[in-house]
Amino acid sequence: MIRLTREPIDFTSLTERVRSNQTGAVVLFLGTVRELTAGRRTIALDYDAYPEMARRKMAELVEQARQRWPIVNVEVVHRLGHLELGDVSVAVAVSTPHRHQAFEAAKFLIDELKVVVPIWKKENWADGQTEWVHPAPEASDTGYQVSDIRYQEREGPPHSPSFPDT
Amino acid sequence: MRLFARARDLAGTDELCLTAEQPVTVGTLRTILLQRCPALGPLAKSLLAAVDADYAADDRVLTETNEVAFFPPVSGG
Repeated sequence: MIRLTREPIDFTSLTERVRSNQTGAVVLFLGTVRELTAGRRTIALDYDAYPEMARRKMAELVEQARQRWPIVNVEVVHRLGHLELGDVSVAVAVSTPHRHQAFEAAKFLIDELKVVVPIWKKENWADGQTEWVHPAPEASDTGYQVSDIRYQEREGPPHSPSFPDT
Repeated sequence: MRLFARARDLAGTDELCLTAEQPVTVGTLRTILLQRCPALGPLAKSLLAAVDADYAADDRVLTETNEVAFFPPVSGG
């Protein structure tokens, strides 16, 4: 289940939905609104998206994750709109037979979501300024090099992307 | 074409209509966009392109029915 929502994310129900007799492990990741970033204080975040494309890319990531790990159930939900400190912006829940699979799959889904899914956050800083967060383009584990104007499929085995925690 | 996030803010609109002679590529449209909207200058080197809701390379040839979007690097999550 892939979803974009403007409502608070019910991550408890979401976690329950992935729990299954076929799995021994459930991993839930929550992205939450953090107050401090590089010494600056956040008051709130505004999230915007290109919805049709965001849903498509989220579905593609789920499909890729299903091919790499024996996922039984998976939920990826991203919230849009105005979020306060501590609010949950994104939830990823997966269930797999064994725990290392669930940890790896959940990490893959959130790491890749942050690089390829067309969703943007705007910081509302404590000093009154607002600014869209637009990181320097990075390579993605899926083989798409989203860089500088050009888009090309990267050859060779996927590697872990390195990008700063945002 | 559709614009998002800071691209929308700089351009002052979330939707622009551009006309160009066929054949037109994503790259050509990007150039026309930047000429028509010099305010997008700060994003010139980082704008990503999408055609029909998926990433597209600059050499992608466009038809009249394609939906094109330009947007800055993403920051979801």
